[in-house]
Amino acid sequence: MGRTLFEKVWDEHVVADLGGGMALLHVDRHLLHDLGGSQALAELRARDLKVRNPGLTFATPDHVVGTAPRTRETRDWAVKLVDALRAETARAGVRLFDLDSGSQGIVHVIAPELGLALPGTLVVCGDSHTCTHGALGAIGFGIGASEIVHVLATQCIVQKRPKTLRVTFQGAPARGVYAKDMILALIGRIGAAGASGFAVEYAGPAVRALDMEARMTLCNLSIELGARIGMIAPDETTFAWLEGRPFAPQGSLFEQALAQWRTLAGDADARFDREVALDCSELCPQITWGTSPEDVIGVDGTVPQPRDEAKRAALEYMGLRAGTRIAGTKVDRVFIGSCTNSRLSDLRIAAEVARRGRVARHVAAWVVPGSMRVKRAAEAEGLHEIFLAAGFEWREPGCSMCVGANGEWVEPEARCVSTSNRNFVGRQGPRARTHLASPATAAASALAGEIADVRGVL
Amino acid sequence: MEKFTRLEAVAASIAQPNVDTDVIIRVERCARVPRAELGRWAFEALRYRADGSENPDFVLNREPWRRARILVCGENFGCGSSREMAVWAIAAMGIRCLIAPSFGDIFSNNCFQNGVLAVRLDRATVARLHALAADPATATMTVDLGRSTIRTASGEEIAFEVAPLERRALLEGLDPIGLTLTLEERIAAFEARDRARRPWVYFAGPAT
Repeated sequence: MGRTLFEKVWDEHVVADLGGGMALLHVDRHLLHDLGGSQALAELRARDLKVRNPGLTFATPDHVVGTAPRTRETRDWAVKLVDALRAETARAGVRLFDLDSGSQGIVHVIAPELGLALPGTLVVCGDSHTCTHGALGAIGFGIGASEIVHVLATQCIVQKRPKTLRVTFQGAPARGVYAKDMILALIGRIGAAGASGFAVEYAGPAVRALDMEARMTLCNLSIELGARIGMIAPDETTFAWLEGRPFAPQGSLFEQALAQWRTLAGDADARFDREVALDCSELCPQITWGTSPEDVIGVDGTVPQPRDEAKRAALEYMGLRAGTRIAGTKVDRVFIGSCTNSRLSDLRIAAEVARRGRVARHVAAWVVPGSMRVKRAAEAEGLHEIFLAAGFEWREPGCSMCVGANGEWVEPEARCVSTSNRNFVGRQGPRARTHLASPATAAASALAGEIADVRGVL
Repeated sequence: MEKFTRLEAVAASIAQPNVDTDVIIRVERCARVPRAELGRWAFEALRYRADGSENPDFVLNREPWRRARILVCGENFGCGSSREMAVWAIAAMGIRCLIAPSFGDIFSNNCFQNGVLAVRLDRATVARLHALAADPATATMTVDLGRSTIRTASGEEIAFEVAPLERRALLEGLDPIGLTLTLEERIAAFEARDRARRPWVYFAGPAT
């Protein structure tokens, strides 16, 4: 029987079969960041061990760095973490994409754009959104602090092989509906634990039609389905996007890689443990109403009746009433950024909306580009001028208000439409209220001062 | 890692589904609080009121569950972020065993790394354990990894399964890095083969 994409890539990385479904896997790319990277390297030293392959290990500060415009000023307690990352990576011989390198940014934005994540590679990082790299046909997954030390010491990781789930997106999304809406709708359909224990492959005509950055958005939210891994078979779109990137193979090495990459797509007779299909042509822009990404509705919908105590608590936390229309809910903040939606194409879409109006007076709206490269490219196109003219803040790259690890928070009980990935209790700050949506919906809501249907703007 | 063999302790019920690792420990605490002090910040949003005082409605603030070392959890417990501080914070409160219908996949790996036993059982069985844990008279349970059973206050034994590799590591307190380093020859052989087969993976990139 044939093998799936996931199975091919997994098999290629097995160093040792440990029995009971467990395997020792080789790690091709190990990404470190400022929230844990220095501690892991220090822990390794304390154990009198060395980084086994520093050439396959890369680091950048993203979680704790400040993103205020035209400054890299960072909170004093966070400066210590960034300084420690500099010292430890220098000591270990690990390449650091530092704030002044021109390549710094959110780790899941820079690894693809630099050509570090490649088709058929195995990528790990101490961050759950490492599933993003699956957009290139890589197996990418998040690991914990102890596993980071294990990978540093051995260039390998012990994992249990997940089951396989194929999600087929049929049809074509309508105007104003994006990859973010597709994946939020899927999470709403199968739930936040719907793919727990599975590696997901996204397939179908609607996925094939997505550009690379939209594919990253799709794969990025795999973890919000419970899946550590979400992948898309690499195709001509992938190969064309990778060619010429600084860390992608060059010349004849690229040709050699390409020949192998073309063999990665799943075989026609491969079997998945589970299949799900979703028709995109009926979708409208999605927005979350609760405190789990599964709490999602169309932006033209009404807040649902809570089905249990947990959902009742979610409504109370969010300050919403069942039965009311979600559109028209007043918002205080808009955040366009994060490893989900901070790439050039996301900013183009948001700017296309932003140039049609001005941010409502009571709204603080931020655009936080995902990386220095994204920022420079956006500025070369004049996108920053569109945002600034419309009243958005144009900020420096980092994770920022997606997770608030740098102290950039949504105020208690303030409401934020956010292009990030988690609407958890306290995620954007204590008692902050988060509505997840696409960059288009976020920009439209910034102009309207309330949750808005972008289809009325475009 | 710390060994896990047998644990007789009070179990507390946290039944809500999708308790994420941001709720277990806020990212700001991860960035600012030393590991040893994380325990007091576990479940911060549930455990404390806005003024910083204890929330008397939260189970771990009540007797006998203040002494709980076992948590009976809802579906998808520990979903979300990969932060291992979530396990460190729970372990620092004294919790050594979690029981749920499902866990966040990264979280359950992190539990293992810290000698915290994460037991997955079917929904109906977990529902019964929730009911037992909610009553002080029946909240004490015995988790025996050697026999792979949970014994309830009434003497009923519930069998569970843990991957053999993990079970042995927990019982013997083995160090995962030490174990992998014993496979050094196989790692080196893999790398040699792989460099020939996929040389582009080892491409060093541009000089800076």
